Amino acid sequence: MMGSESQGFEEAQLYASREEMESLVLDDDDIKNNNNDNSSSSRFNGGANGDGGQHHHPLSSSLPFAEIPTTDDDDPLLSSPSPHKSPNAFNSFLEPPSYADAVFRSFDGDHGKQINGHGAVSTSSPSSSSDYLKISVTDPQKDQDLKNSLVPGGNTFVTYLITTWTNLPEFNGTEFSVRRRFKDVVTLSDRLSDSYRGFFIPLRPDKSVVEGQVMQKQEFVEQRRMALEKYLRKLAAHPVIRRSEELRVFLQVQGKLPLVKTTDVASRMLDGAVKLPKQLFGESVVSAAVDPNDVSQPAKGGRDLLRIFKELRQSVTNDWGETKPAVVEEDKEFLEKKKKLQDFEQELSNVSQQAETLVKAQQDIGETLGQLGLAFVKLTKFESEEAMFNSQKVRAADMKNVATSAVKASRLYRELNAQTVRHLDKLHEYLGVMLAVNNAYADRSNALLTVQTLLSELSNLNSRIEKLEAAASKIFGGDRSRVRKIEELKETMKVTDEAKNCAVREYERIKENNKSELDRLDKERHDDFFGMLKGFVVNQAGYAEKMASVWETVANETSGYAKSL
Amino acid sequence: MQQRSPTGGGGLQSPRSPSSQPPFLSVSVTDPAKMGNGVQAYISYKVITKTNFPDYQGPEKIVIRRYTDFVWLRDCLFKKYKGIFIPPLPEKSTVEKFRFSAEFIEMRRQALDSFVNRIALHHELQHSEDLRTFLQADEQTMERARSQDTGIFKKKPSDFMQIFWDVQSKVSDVVLGKEKPVEETNPEYEKLKRYIFELEDHLAEAQKHAYRLVKRHRELGQSLGDFGKAIKLLGACEGDALGTAFSELGAKSEMLSVKLQREAHHLLMNFEEPLKDYVRAVQSIKGTIGERANAFRQQCELAETIKLKEIDLNKLRLTRSERMLDAEHEYEELKADGEEASRRFETIVRLMNEEIVRFQDQKTQDMGLAFHEFAKGQARLANGIADAWRSLIPKLDALSSS
Repeated sequence: MMGSESQGFEEAQLYASREEMESLVLDDDDIKNNNNDNSSSSRFNGGANGDGGQHHHPLSSSLPFAEIPTTDDDDPLLSSPSPHKSPNAFNSFLEPPSYADAVFRSFDGDHGKQINGHGAVSTSSPSSSSDYLKISVTDPQKDQDLKNSLVPGGNTFVTYLITTWTNLPEFNGTEFSVRRRFKDVVTLSDRLSDSYRGFFIPLRPDKSVVEGQVMQKQEFVEQRRMALEKYLRKLAAHPVIRRSEELRVFLQVQGKLPLVKTTDVASRMLDGAVKLPKQLFGESVVSAAVDPNDVSQPAKGGRDLLRIFKELRQSVTNDWGETKPAVVEEDKEFLEKKKKLQDFEQELSNVSQQAETLVKAQQDIGETLGQLGLAFVKLTKFESEEAMFNSQKVRAADMKNVATSAVKASRLYRELNAQTVRHLDKLHEYLGVMLAVNNAYADRSNALLTVQTLLSELSNLNSRIEKLEAAASKIFGGDRSRVRKIEELKETMKVTDEAKNCAVREYERIKENNKSELDRLDKERHDDFFGMLKGFVVNQAGYAEKMASVWETVANETSGYAKSL
Repeated sequence: MQQRSPTGGGGLQSPRSPSSQPPFLSVSVTDPAKMGNGVQAYISYKVITKTNFPDYQGPEKIVIRRYTDFVWLRDCLFKKYKGIFIPPLPEKSTVEKFRFSAEFIEMRRQALDSFVNRIALHHELQHSEDLRTFLQADEQTMERARSQDTGIFKKKPSDFMQIFWDVQSKVSDVVLGKEKPVEETNPEYEKLKRYIFELEDHLAEAQKHAYRLVKRHRELGQSLGDFGKAIKLLGACEGDALGTAFSELGAKSEMLSVKLQREAHHLLMNFEEPLKDYVRAVQSIKGTIGERANAFRQQCELAETIKLKEIDLNKLRLTRSERMLDAEHEYEELKADGEEASRRFETIVRLMNEEIVRFQDQKTQDMGLAFHEFAKGQARLANGIADAWRSLIPKLDALSSS
């Protein structure tokens, strides 16, 4: 039975951070001393009870009320901020398991993986048994980019210490650290997007995090640190991405991050992009053909200008042209799934919003209970100190009971809410997952577009060849220039055909990735949401039981008043 | 409808000779009904009296009364029973829209019922003629009585007190050119006055938070209901076992939302309102304190006047003036007035001493009950919530493994 914990234990375990609560020292001794000193009241017949009240509780049976320790004002750079500082607490923090968790472990059995907020990443993939890849992000420090700064002291940035513990074989070692800056994370994210098209890749934190309020540098850095940690842990939880070379390099290679950023026009030019001017002119020569290797990448801004233009033209044709493109998205199952997930995303967003309102309401009711309790504490003190009659003392005792219970209930609400936030955070998380899903869908349609574009090119080339051949055959003795042209075109066609085959392969690959990811999503969604629901329900039930027991005690102790009616 | 057992005896009503039973007077205020239209609209209440008092009509009588009738009664009692803490009345409503909401009407009815019952149970007040008029008179008589006395009683009792007394503001009236009013120098009484003033502040704060707590319950209920609806929609588009799980959770949330609204109402009527009533009672005491100050001042002024008159009289005696007889006559009158004023003051002091004891006892009872209801309600709510969620756990387990 929940109510059987020792009182002192309960007091010691509850933690408070409100200032009024911190200064709360309500001791039996206060009341008792008042009793002894108050000899002027002639109606007071000695003994803590006074003349036989219908209720049996003497003042001394009120629960002891230990002084509540304050939480230290943590250095924001180093550790998580105290909860409920900002209304955005909903989606930003993880709390260490509190006393409540321990009690509910019997309910929470298979939910264990979600409980621990520090350090551990769930071994989520169904196949792995004892693999682990734990990451933590700590110790933000200022650093300076000395090379490029024209102004001394300019160009400062923050680096974070990224520590990894793992037993995966591809990492040489079980524990290591590197320092990385946010720019490196952006690079990592971009490289993963390139290499893992079709996968549901977790989204990296935003470049600028402005939550609608002016933030101190320290707060900003702390928010970013937490976001980075969350991000890396999500990467580590993804069954495919956790094994990626890009991630490994990021986590392990000391010094400057050796991942190449997405190449820009300038670099490509340096790479021998004599092609570029010719590409711009669009007059096809062999060299203007799309390099087969490139088709396995999406067209990127800054390079592939021609390609982008062509694909754009193709997409317009798709939408407005009269003939359907040769290859279209036919996978019915995929389309159905996509629609279903869209609906899901919409409803999820709605639930997430309501969840935030619910959390706010829980927070408010806890706060008000606390304030009510404090008001009664003050009243109690007042009545005891000013007491001229025994009835006042009795009332003060009743009041104290209610006051301490209200304060207790207030703390229970606070704990409940912290847990609720943790559980319902899943909703928020999945909204992020849906974004990743949409990205993966975009990969797929982009790849399809590339295929369609290349097919159009091919048919275009083909018709040009046919025209030329027809024209050339009319000229007696051959048409040197035309024949040469035809040869060139045939060459181009060959390369383009190769490119098309590459593109088709890529498209099929992405489709495969989509499918496997959707299956994974289904399974994980099933597990995650059941975990969330059960966690939420167990949480609510557990705390409700605790609160019931607190109030039942008071109800029993004041039941004498009811009988007098 | 609160039926309190009378202080004297049981509740048995025998149609036979009333004198064989202990005297009782039991009242209830029920059945609020909206009367009239537009700006003139008001609420009328049924006041049911059951009694065996000799000067009352029959064992039972029902009359229709409105709020201003209650105010009239309170003002009469305040004027005639100085020293006694007249039970408080609910305030007039300042918000038009709220005035006819079911909740407001119920709160007011409960407070009016308390008011009349307390008068009926008070060993002195229950014999008041005005009370009898209030409980028995037909509507015309009532209206006449009401309009006769409105002039004097426009001010609230506490207003009198305001004019003559400032315990809290130490700004000396002497500085402002006014004479400081004469005050008692009784230390225990000083203590009492201070106590009453501070008590009002503390209680007001507690009541404020109690009211907020009611609101919070409503808000939590609302948000839980909305959450339930939204999660049911999510379940609908999810389908399969997970969809069912969402739907079940949503349904439970909606059910608990209703429980929360119900508890909010219970909290309002059985905890917040008694606290409010406590605040009003303290304010009423402040009115009595003002009356006592008045009486004391009158006594002092008369004593002054008598002294002066005596000096005057002695002068006249010496000169053997023809005004001496008149002066003696006046002097005797003044002395009689002085005695009367002293008597009145002493009565007030005596009554207040009794009243304060009664008040403290009564409040301990009232608050004890309020606390009990509060705790009971919270426990009931919490248990309901725990049961609802607990019952869901095996279902979730079953669904998750299917």
